[in-house]
Amino acid sequence: MVITRYHPIHALLYLVVSFLAAAMIFLSLGAPFIAVLEVIIYAGAIMVLFIFVVMMLNLGKNTAAQEKDWLRPGVWVGPSLLALVLLAELVLLLLKGEVLAMNVSVVDPKKVALSLYGEYIIGVELTGFLLMAGIVGAAHVGKHKKKHLHRFLQEEELENMPVGIDENTGSGK
Amino acid sequence: MPPFSINIVMIVAAVLFVLGLIGVLTRKNIIFMLLSIEIMLNAAGLAFIAAGAKWNQPDGQVMFLFILAMAASEVSVALALVLQIYHQHKTLDVEDLKGLKD
Repeated sequence: MVITRYHPIHALLYLVVSFLAAAMIFLSLGAPFIAVLEVIIYAGAIMVLFIFVVMMLNLGKNTAAQEKDWLRPGVWVGPSLLALVLLAELVLLLLKGEVLAMNVSVVDPKKVALSLYGEYIIGVELTGFLLMAGIVGAAHVGKHKKKHLHRFLQEEELENMPVGIDENTGSGK
Repeated sequence: MPPFSINIVMIVAAVLFVLGLIGVLTRKNIIFMLLSIEIMLNAAGLAFIAAGAKWNQPDGQVMFLFILAMAASEVSVALALVLQIYHQHKTLDVEDLKGLKD
C-alpha cells in the first residue's frame, strides 16, 4: 500500500502500519526489545522526520495529481515484473531447503546488551561515528538557505546581470 | 505458541524487500523512494531477526540495532538533501536533477 499511494501522507500512514506489523512479528519471534525499538524509533522518530519534511515542503493535492500523472501502467509494469521474477527466485530458493522448525524462545535484552557491549563494541563505536557524521552532515546540508552557484556560474550570472544589482546579490560568495 | 518455520518469516522478508524494490524502481518522487528504501532496510532487519531467533543467539538483534542506527542517520541526511533540492530546484522529480550531467 505504501508504494501505490499518490498522497505522501497516506503513504506515510501505511508505512507506520507496516512498521507496527513488523514490530508484532519481532515480538512473536522472541525479540521484545527490538519490537519496542522498532515502534519507538521507526514508527516514532523516522516517521516524524518524514512528516516534518512533507509538511515543510507543503506537498498537497498538486503533488498527488502529479504522482497520478507519473504512475502510468507503462511505467511500473516492467520494473514490477522484474522484481516479481526476483521474488519468485527467492521464494523458490527458500522453499527448496528443508523446512526447519524453529523453537522460539525469548532472547532477553540482557543477552543482547552483553553481546552488544562485549564482542560488538567496535561496532558500537563505529555506529557512534556514523551517527555523529549523520548529525553533522544533516546540519551542514540543511543550513544553507541561499542558492549557491558554482563560481563559474556565478561569474556568468554577474556578467549577464545589469549594472547596479550585482552589489546586492553578487557578494554572497 | 505453535512452532513455525523460519522459511515463512524469510518469505515475508523477501516480499517486503521486493515491494521496497518495486517502489524504488517505479516512483519518481524522491520522498517515495526514501520510504521504499526504509521498507527494504526493514526487510533486511526482519531477516536478521529471524536468523537470530532461529539460532537462539543475540547477534541478529545486535545487527538490527546497527541497521536501525544506520537508517536513522541515512534518513536525516537524505531529508536534509531533499530540503536542499527542493529549495534549489523547486521539484522533487529525480529526472529533473540533471545538474551533474554533461
